[in-house]
Amino acid sequence: MLNVDSIERGIVLDHIKAGKAMVIYKYLDLENADCCVAIIKNVKSKKSGRKDIIKIDDRIDINLDVLGYIDPNITVNIIEGGKIVEKRPLELPKQLVNVIHCKNPRCITSVEQELDHVFRLVEPETRTYRCIYCEHEK
Amino acid sequence: MKHLIDPMDLSVEEIDHILNLADDIIANRPKYAEVCKGKKLATLFFEPSTRTRLSFEAAMLELGGSVIGFSSANSSSAAKGESVADTIRTIECYADIAAMRHPKEGAPLVASLNARIPVINAGDGGHNHPTQTLTDLLTIRRAKGRLNNLTIGLCGDLKFGRTVHSLIKAMSRYEGINFILIAPTELQVPDYIKEDVFKKKNIPYREVETMEEVMPELDILYMTRVQRERFFNEADYIRLKDSFILDPEKLKAAKEDMAILHPLPRVNEISVKVDSDPRAWYFRQVENGKFVRMALMMVLLGLDQKA
Repeated sequence: MLNVDSIERGIVLDHIKAGKAMVIYKYLDLENADCCVAIIKNVKSKKSGRKDIIKIDDRIDINLDVLGYIDPNITVNIIEGGKIVEKRPLELPKQLVNVIHCKNPRCITSVEQELDHVFRLVEPETRTYRCIYCEHEK
Repeated sequence: MKHLIDPMDLSVEEIDHILNLADDIIANRPKYAEVCKGKKLATLFFEPSTRTRLSFEAAMLELGGSVIGFSSANSSSAAKGESVADTIRTIECYADIAAMRHPKEGAPLVASLNARIPVINAGDGGHNHPTQTLTDLLTIRRAKGRLNNLTIGLCGDLKFGRTVHSLIKAMSRYEGINFILIAPTELQVPDYIKEDVFKKKNIPYREVETMEEVMPELDILYMTRVQRERFFNEADYIRLKDSFILDPEKLKAAKEDMAILHPLPRVNEISVKVDSDPRAWYFRQVENGKFVRMALMMVLLGLDQKA
């Protein structure tokens, strides 16, 4: 059994679907974080069989919208003094800015590189988002 | 309301207000001759569309205002690589209101998000063309005296035709609307519209392949052109372009008060022999386009209470 030290002050992202940790690492831009970050893959889980965990050894700002979009079932634990002091609830974000990109070649974002790629949630049940500019679905 | 980007930005009440104002403009034209005196419209046409541009320009001139602008991307700073946001920030220093046509979908929305003046979408690629929708609604209301309890036949290119998609969405908000979709299978209304509009709102619709079989039922026959530029394949275009042509023979089975609409330009989908039939509304529709743009610009400029 591999052991990773518990953290004194920071953030633990738990119950990540097995295999998704690297995707989240990338979306949250953790490679540019100054602090220590541990990615633990394929941990045994009572709830889901296997899961991934990310431990961040500092209270950095993370984009909860991104996490909610990727998987609203992820648990976000805030750690202070070695203990969980807060669990942040995740929900499907109503709007995503520069998280996903519009692939429609006729969209204005395809020619204006500096425009934000903005998607709005139109159907929570099917997790359908539409580009605000051309209404293409993601 | 400050801009008009998507036809569904307008509530039914706002549409009523614009159409009522357009009716009043038609009935009392001298009253509106100087409403926009001192105001300038900028027509920002990044792709050519002569009739839409002239309609906007004529509308502003008839309200006593004036017009500046360009009619192709080559004659604008876009050719030098300027962004839509920068273009509108420049134009708003010169004009009081802008109408934008752009080949890229969403460009007028980008302009509206950066503008201090009202922006009207005058067509963004195959996406939205809200003033065409207002034109269609005004024409239907003037022809039939109502926007509810109508059987509407849509004929031609229902797959790529944005005017058809916008009209379906706009008409689906009124009671008692029944759609008959007349098109070859290849050019039928896309599934997402059937799901989002017809099925969700429980609106009756039928798909047929010939106009003859449904002609006697129709209150409105909305014809469209099969557009060459929407096809990837020349052979498909040639095979389908003549599929649905309206001529006096087919019109014999229609109701005496049916109204024929067409967003124009037509190629050959309506025989010129139909033009003299009192049911042909498409040239009156063009004129309505000017009146409804006059009404819209007055509302967006806050001048609708002035007249």
